[in-house]
Amino acid sequence: MTRDDIKDLILEIIKDIDEDADFDTLQSDQPLRDQLDLDSMDFLDIVMELRKRHKLQIPEEDYPQLASLDSCVNYLEPLLKNA
Amino acid sequence: MDSNQQRIVITGVGLAAPNADNLKDFRKKLLAGISEIKEINLRYFGPAPAGICTFDETRYRKKKENKRGTRAGCLGVYCAHEAMADATLDIDYYDRSRIGVYIGLTEHGTVETENEIFNISQYNYDVNYWTHHHNPRTVLNNPAGEITMSLGITGPHYAIGAACAAGNASLIQGVQMLRLGEVDMALAGGISESTGSFGIFASFKAQGALAEAEDPRQACRPFDIERNGIVVSEGACIYVLERLEKALERGARIYGEVAGYCINSDARDFVLPYGKRQAECIQQALNRAGLKAADIDIINTHATGTKQGDIEECKAIRQVFGEAPATYINNTKSIIGHAMGAAGVLELAGNLPAFEDNMIHPTINVSNLDPECALPNMVLNKPTQLKSVSTILNNSFGMVGINSVIIVKKYED
Repeated sequence: MTRDDIKDLILEIIKDIDEDADFDTLQSDQPLRDQLDLDSMDFLDIVMELRKRHKLQIPEEDYPQLASLDSCVNYLEPLLKNA
Repeated sequence: MDSNQQRIVITGVGLAAPNADNLKDFRKKLLAGISEIKEINLRYFGPAPAGICTFDETRYRKKKENKRGTRAGCLGVYCAHEAMADATLDIDYYDRSRIGVYIGLTEHGTVETENEIFNISQYNYDVNYWTHHHNPRTVLNNPAGEITMSLGITGPHYAIGAACAAGNASLIQGVQMLRLGEVDMALAGGISESTGSFGIFASFKAQGALAEAEDPRQACRPFDIERNGIVVSEGACIYVLERLEKALERGARIYGEVAGYCINSDARDFVLPYGKRQAECIQQALNRAGLKAADIDIINTHATGTKQGDIEECKAIRQVFGEAPATYINNTKSIIGHAMGAAGVLELAGNLPAFEDNMIHPTINVSNLDPECALPNMVLNKPTQLKSVSTILNNSFGMVGINSVIIVKKYED
């Protein structure tokens, strides 16, 4: 997956969680939680969806890596390079 | 004043039934005998008649919240807001910490658990795919808690588990908490999401108690000789309960006053109903209301359309109301099916407008009355007009031997 593919994947998962989510003003280097209506349970939904869609087992200590769109891409890029 | 003497009144009603999403339409359809029971197709189980509610699910909360929560929570949030609006009550009229939310449930968590097991079956039963939402969705206080989150209520909230007597039981709980001074206003009612569970249908079927009919609208036929079981419905109904003096002070519309109630136990069988104990429950509710059987204008029966259940309830009514020639008897499940934990409160709501229009909605689908169910003044297939209606007695019974009776009377000074 390219970096753009991963970005799209994350946004698609967030859209599934909250179809009212507005990405127009989303800053990719800022925490997603500060910009969207997401809480800790929603982040667990993202983790679960990555597990379901790509069999990724993300350890709990790595959850902070999913804070912003950019950090998601950075963290997931090596894990999804063959996806 | 002795707290037991405090007068508690119903000042708001919010509901979602299989044929209406508000009391006005509900009343209209009940009087016209319009059933909207339809055939649904359940996972593993296949087709069955059922009552499904259509209402504006996003009127009071976002889709995201509905997705995270439960169907019961979604029904409850809608009805709680509707009840508040119907009572013309702003949430800040009472101290939010002095509002109690009491929700009757027949069961809860069955739907969510079945869904989750199906989900992990898609992943070779690997429990790593089990959702983190499972526990908050299945705790018994979930529907009541979702209501408090939506309305910002900080007083007590919890569930009353009383099988299919749960709706009445929660209403009784609300009355008691107001009388005890624990709260100043109560949102009390019942909710059922049972149509989402194949297990509930399969269990009734295994018991020989699930209704079948070519036309699903004719599947629920209490008192008819051809009745063959229960129609499972989802639904919810929540009341605003207030102390009379507070309701009068703010000029509230008063639907009725809770005059008496009783809950008792058969102490006998897991599923079979027991007319003798039901009669005791009815009699005790009358005693507490200070009424005689002959004072009751309408009995809303619990009858679900099972062979023995209907006969037992008729025995109980015959025993208590033998000398009550002016008491009329109807059944709401024939039109909306069995809304389980919501049944008692939903059926009571359907009858409350009788205090204004003096009409009694009918039991439908009675082609041939079972002689063992025959009682005087049964309102069958078409509504009945009375000169006046001032008392309603509402029966609601449940499995493992629980009986509940509530008497509501028209408000008078």
